[in-house]
Amino acid sequence: MSRFTPDNEAIAREIISRYPLPKSALIPLMHLAQEQDGWVTEDAMRHIAELTGTTPAEVRGTGTFYEMFKFHPVGKYVINICSNIACQLLGAENLLEHAEKKLGVKVGGTTADGLFTLEDVECIAACTEAPALQVNYRYRLRVTVEDFDQLIDDIRNGNARDIPEHGTLSLVRQSIPADRMAGIVPPEQAGEVPVWMSRNDAGEQN
Amino acid sequence: MTDTEAKTTVSITVNGEAFEANKGELLIDACERAGVHVPRFCYHSRMQPVGMCRMCLAEVDTGRGPALQPTCMLPCSDGMSVDTESELTQKAQSGVLEFLLINHPLDCPVCDKGGECPLQDQTMSYGPGESRFIEEKRHYEKPIPLNDNVFLDRERCILCDRCTRFADTVAGDKLIHFMDRGNNTQVNTFPDEPFASYFSGNTVQICPVGALTAKPYRFKARPWDLDETVSTAWTDSAGARIAVQSSRNQVIRLLGIDSDAVNWGWLSDKERFAFEALNSEDRLTAPLTRAGDHLVPTGWSVALDKAVSLLSDTDPSRIGVIGGARLSNESQYAWAKLAKGVIGTDNVDAQLGDGLPPELVLGLPRATIDQTCTPGGTIIVCGPDPKEEIGSLYLRLRHAVVHDGAKLIELTPSATGLSPFATHSLHPRPGEIATVAAALVAAAAGDPAVAAGGLTAESIAAAAGIIDGPVSVVVGRASLAESADCIADAALELAAIPGARFLSALRRGNIHGALDAGMSPGLLPGRTTIASGADRFAEVWPSTPAGSGLDTAAMLAAAAAGDLDLLVLLGADPLNDFPGRSLAASALESVPNVIAIDMFVNDSIDAAADIVLAASGPTESDGTFTNLEGRVSVCCQRVTPPGTARADWMIASELSRRLGTDLGFDSIESIRSEIASVSPLHSDITEKALVDSVVEGLLIEGPGDLVAPSPTGAGPNIHDAYSLRLVAARSMYDDGVALRNSPSSRGLARSITVRLSPPDFDKIGVARGTVVKVESAGGQLLIPVEPDPGVPEGTAVLPWAAPGSPTNTLIDASATVTDVRVERA
Amino acid sequence: MPTHAYVPHAPGYVDNDGPKLITKRFPLEDSYTLERYEATGGYSGLRSALDRKPSEVHSEVRDATLLGRGGAGFPAGIKWGFLPPGKYPYYLVVNGDESEPGTYKDRLLMERDPHQVIEGCLITCYALGLAQCFLYVRGEMALAQERLSQALNDAYAAGYIGRNILGTDFSVDITLSWGAGAYIVGEETALIESLEGNRGRPRLKPPFFPAAIGLYGQPTIVNNIETMSNLPWIMNNGAEQFKAYGSETSPGTRLFAVSGHVKRPGVYEVEHGVTTFRDLFYGDNFCQGIREGHELKMFVPGGGSAPWFFPEQLDLPLEARPVGAAGSMLPSGAIVVMDETTDAVKAALRLVRFYARESCGKCTPCREGTTWEERILQRIVDGHGRPSDIELLLDVADNISPGPYPVAAHPDAGLDAIPFPPKQTTICPLGPSSVAPITSTIRRFRDEYEAKITKSDLIPVSAAPVEVES
Ligand SMILES: Cc1cc2nc3c(=O)[nH]c(=O)nc-3n(C[C@H](O)[C@H](O)[C@H](O)COP(=O)(O)O)c2cc1C
Ligand code: SF4
Ligand code: FES
Repeated sequence: MSRFTPDNEAIAREIISRYPLPKSALIPLMHLAQEQDGWVTEDAMRHIAELTGTTPAEVRGTGTFYEMFKFHPVGKYVINICSNIACQLLGAENLLEHAEKKLGVKVGGTTADGLFTLEDVECIAACTEAPALQVNYRYRLRVTVEDFDQLIDDIRNGNARDIPEHGTLSLVRQSIPADRMAGIVPPEQAGEVPVWMSRNDAGEQN
Repeated sequence: MTDTEAKTTVSITVNGEAFEANKGELLIDACERAGVHVPRFCYHSRMQPVGMCRMCLAEVDTGRGPALQPTCMLPCSDGMSVDTESELTQKAQSGVLEFLLINHPLDCPVCDKGGECPLQDQTMSYGPGESRFIEEKRHYEKPIPLNDNVFLDRERCILCDRCTRFADTVAGDKLIHFMDRGNNTQVNTFPDEPFASYFSGNTVQICPVGALTAKPYRFKARPWDLDETVSTAWTDSAGARIAVQSSRNQVIRLLGIDSDAVNWGWLSDKERFAFEALNSEDRLTAPLTRAGDHLVPTGWSVALDKAVSLLSDTDPSRIGVIGGARLSNESQYAWAKLAKGVIGTDNVDAQLGDGLPPELVLGLPRATIDQTCTPGGTIIVCGPDPKEEIGSLYLRLRHAVVHDGAKLIELTPSATGLSPFATHSLHPRPGEIATVAAALVAAAAGDPAVAAGGLTAESIAAAAGIIDGPVSVVVGRASLAESADCIADAALELAAIPGARFLSALRRGNIHGALDAGMSPGLLPGRTTIASGADRFAEVWPSTPAGSGLDTAAMLAAAAAGDLDLLVLLGADPLNDFPGRSLAASALESVPNVIAIDMFVNDSIDAAADIVLAASGPTESDGTFTNLEGRVSVCCQRVTPPGTARADWMIASELSRRLGTDLGFDSIESIRSEIASVSPLHSDITEKALVDSVVEGLLIEGPGDLVAPSPTGAGPNIHDAYSLRLVAARSMYDDGVALRNSPSSRGLARSITVRLSPPDFDKIGVARGTVVKVESAGGQLLIPVEPDPGVPEGTAVLPWAAPGSPTNTLIDASATVTDVRVERA
Repeated sequence: MPTHAYVPHAPGYVDNDGPKLITKRFPLEDSYTLERYEATGGYSGLRSALDRKPSEVHSEVRDATLLGRGGAGFPAGIKWGFLPPGKYPYYLVVNGDESEPGTYKDRLLMERDPHQVIEGCLITCYALGLAQCFLYVRGEMALAQERLSQALNDAYAAGYIGRNILGTDFSVDITLSWGAGAYIVGEETALIESLEGNRGRPRLKPPFFPAAIGLYGQPTIVNNIETMSNLPWIMNNGAEQFKAYGSETSPGTRLFAVSGHVKRPGVYEVEHGVTTFRDLFYGDNFCQGIREGHELKMFVPGGGSAPWFFPEQLDLPLEARPVGAAGSMLPSGAIVVMDETTDAVKAALRLVRFYARESCGKCTPCREGTTWEERILQRIVDGHGRPSDIELLLDVADNISPGPYPVAAHPDAGLDAIPFPPKQTTICPLGPSSVAPITSTIRRFRDEYEAKITKSDLIPVSAAPVEVES
């Protein structure tokens, strides 16, 4: 279970093709795995190791370095409340406390219905709009406790359509048409002076 | 100082004293050479520095004023000045130690590392007096197994990256890794994927704290109870240098010693842990004699008398001596003298049909490991998979290719442990390697490439195109189902490459010592033939053989035909070692008498020996060892042999005495001095020279009187167009006696499967793991099958000695190649 | 009163009066589309570059003295010159990992004007002969990834990226890559590690800076998103025009995010080097003062890593050199303003906790020291502090960053400023950054610490358990 589906394996191969060396795709592929299953499963890591010519230990070693990867199931909605300095100054602690009460879980916990996981996170780059939070990496800004309750209710009632399920980041994927690609090759095969570097003043080839 | 010298050094100042450092040398090493020790944890001289523990910080001035710098990352430059004792340096050192200790359990009294722990020692020298950390320490589940032998206690780990760096950059087995981040960082494997590396024990040795421990040593002793002797590893022919440590007359740990020329401190797990076999319950502690189906203990004088009467009652030409590679150089010499000079038989062969002609091994220009690994050179591997058979050599070759830019061409019947980094992998059809070698040499010389041995002209041309710089050929038997002639012919072809040198990859422990001791038909000690050396030896030996005797295959054939009456098995097990089990079996059945000298009762002894003389092991008697380069190093006694077991040379002396001739040996030194006197090549091996070169050993160079043989012209004898050619390759963990008797490693033997190329596998139409019938003209086996993309089409690969399925059942030693059919069972 | 204010579809951005070199499209709702970009002069900078020799493009950027906007403030044109000749391939890595507490200008640039970023990348690749460009976006910034993906797809289709760009012989690929939550990956060598698929741990530099040995061991230029965003303008208008804005040593404009206790927090495009902190906090065109009824107590002038400033430093211009001399730094255009209601110890704890959580774990002093600092501070805040804790904190900090740590002057106490930069026992500045809040607050508000600390060293400490997995 939880290796990439054939469709996702095709996407994975496309992602790999955009890097000179396959291992560079490790992080994007772990995101893809998380998009598929909501978290990064062991089988997915094995599959990623196969696809990138690494070992599962390397995949896990890289993955566990990064905060966003979950190695056990989490809620369908992961709520990240920023408690760093700018948000702290404008009431993040209050908001966190309220969120714990509202959801009935402590920071790090997942609600019994598997819907929400609550996290206390570092600065999410919305400091002037404090206190700020992200639900599955979609922003909510200047959040009051009332806003928070409304958000939870909206999600529960299916009224937060801008928020995809946990794991999905960008709704748009990069895709390079084959006929447009300049050519991505391993570094040792790209060792030549690019043609345009020998241009003259008029911007033309010498 | 000459000009050229001036260019290779830079002037630095270490704690106020001027010092000439080598250009590019790391400051931490320069300080060490200048007599100033800089404390360190993560730095290891055999690995790339990572500069992460920060213990080696010192105030360094490179011209822009003093600043704290990690000396392990800083190459020396002219005018650099370092102060390892300044106030700022000391503050940094004690700061780092305090940081390391805040989460380190203070369980030194129960820690295996206690007493030999760099963290403990450096805390004494550089550390803060007491900890100001009053919070609770980090907690983890106590030791977790990384594999069957190695355990990790994460609470003790100081995250120096030594074990993980070793796994990645030295062994190439990235199975342990840092996980998580920051203060939660820990070393671990992937869940349920153990650190299955042939080299895992090295991580235990280089761990600077007690975080990694190995089962064979855990809780066995305290460092201050240990006695230690410098010695040489004996399980393969690399001659890795080791420290043998014992406690209460029992060997309990081996450590690798950093020998520049040989193993750089590393050991394979087999070299490291196989000592357990020496402590086995099954060791012979007294001679045995046959009573019907059983072998029963007896006294030495009864056993020796019986042996002597067999020896003296048998016509010397009807006596054969098989084996000897297990013995020290001195014991080999004593046995060669006994057999050839006293008894008078030249039927002596230390190789069991699994080797190469000694004239080839000793007669072609030889390469050292260092020469083979020359940066920028070309290595052609025409021999066994070193990862499976000669672990320390594998690590050196891997380093040369991965880190030093050497190029590697493998000329092996199927993929090996080198394949992932080989520049070109050529897999000739078994039996046709010589034609491929010839095509490669011709292409390298500029002739148009031709197809050969199942390989395309293009692939041969591509490989030939990279042959450049010094060329070394690693030569040995990749498959025991392909005759020695094929390999010899290939080597002789490759010898045409200008300047090519050869590194022997005969794998058996001291096989190169045995060849040097003349334990081969037609040879006398010191790389000489009977023809050229007889006169010299006539002065020292009672006699010399009249002519060339039989090799192992011929001895077994003669025995089976009733033409031999007495076989002496000198640490040999033909049933399991000889490529051709049925011949070995019928020889043992037909030969009237068998005398064995061994540490264990092996299958051949069990089946046929009349008398077994109990021999001491490599840590139980003194001697020297000759490695695959021809390097002689000491192999010293650390403990006493079990029971009444004796050194092999003593057994030879005693037999000789009872036969009426005194060999003239009363000590190991007396043997060495006789060797030095009869063999000009050995004349430099003096007691003093051995002491002076205790780590690097003494290289014996030159072919002596030996001349490389002429090509045999052997080709494959195809008799069945539908058949697959068999490849029988040894693996690190096989069913050998050493492994059978090492509790920690016993479980590591691979299960046996026959591996086929995916297309050949598909033809059988069974699922992976299905038991199939593998049949040759000589026999058949029922074993599971699996596809393997590393196996070329048309071949079937079987491990040599996997538990329960003797592959040599299928092999006919007299054939060039063995063809097999693989069918549904 | 200013006429412009918040822009609803660009939350956080304040559209005020002043030169707009890089945010001029922000007020347009569809600023991120190729259509709008082209309609507002987009890709003319690239066209202008393609009409010149690569070396001329490089000279133009060098002449503009475009200082890097990612932190170190190193002139881009000079950094570009460090590429060792002939060691192709060279790579461009664009740093969009923005995670410094208080900072978020790069996110807006990526979300609101992705084509401007792309155009900057193309100009750089053209000027330097780079083989491929990697846009590394912080993992948590889903919208920025979406906008950049779409922009890249559109620009490829329109012939701006890829093979034979705009019909010329210039060809380059841009790959969008994204992180997964690790502040340290913003450090350029850690970013390269991450881009190679590794744990994002910084490499030791010197001896090798990325321009010499970077991605895959090849020469690599790492520049910030905002740095890239300035290039189209410079190509269109020239270095001389660029230098007409800002100060002589710091030309152009910069984005500053001012958060905390001000009336109108927001991201402002500000003239570099001429505007002062006072202008920014109190000016009508900017933040319009401290929130009603309160007064300034202290502020973080350049992201969480910067030593703190106080009212005495208000008249310093927003420029690296004077700020450095005054004991702090200005790397990432992030200012956090705190009024008198702020508990200095708690605020310091929050930032220290950030560094403890974000330490990559490579260097012993950072891995162990930042956590230790956090635990001492936590103890003090929880009321379990001991009198010796202040000295202990300072000494633990000194073992991470030895010697006097940069700090602002404290005229009332007769203390001079200690200028930037600090010393370090670590590889990168993350560990030492944890020291900034500690020394800044202890020097100024020691009384607040003392008020929280119990009277005896002998009172037992309730040991807070550490988080670890088993
Ligand atoms: C701990 C640390 C975090 C950093 N984070 C970022 C960041 O998020 N974004 C960024 O552009 N630069 C960051 N930098 C600076 C980069 O290392 C690098 O100097 C910069 O990306 C270069 O771009 P520039 O020359 O265009 O400014 C950080 C540096 C350090 C030491
Ligand atoms: S200072 Fe901290 S974050 Fe920086 S390299 Fe060292 S451990 Fe990692
Ligand atoms: S030995 Fe130099 S940093 Fe560890």
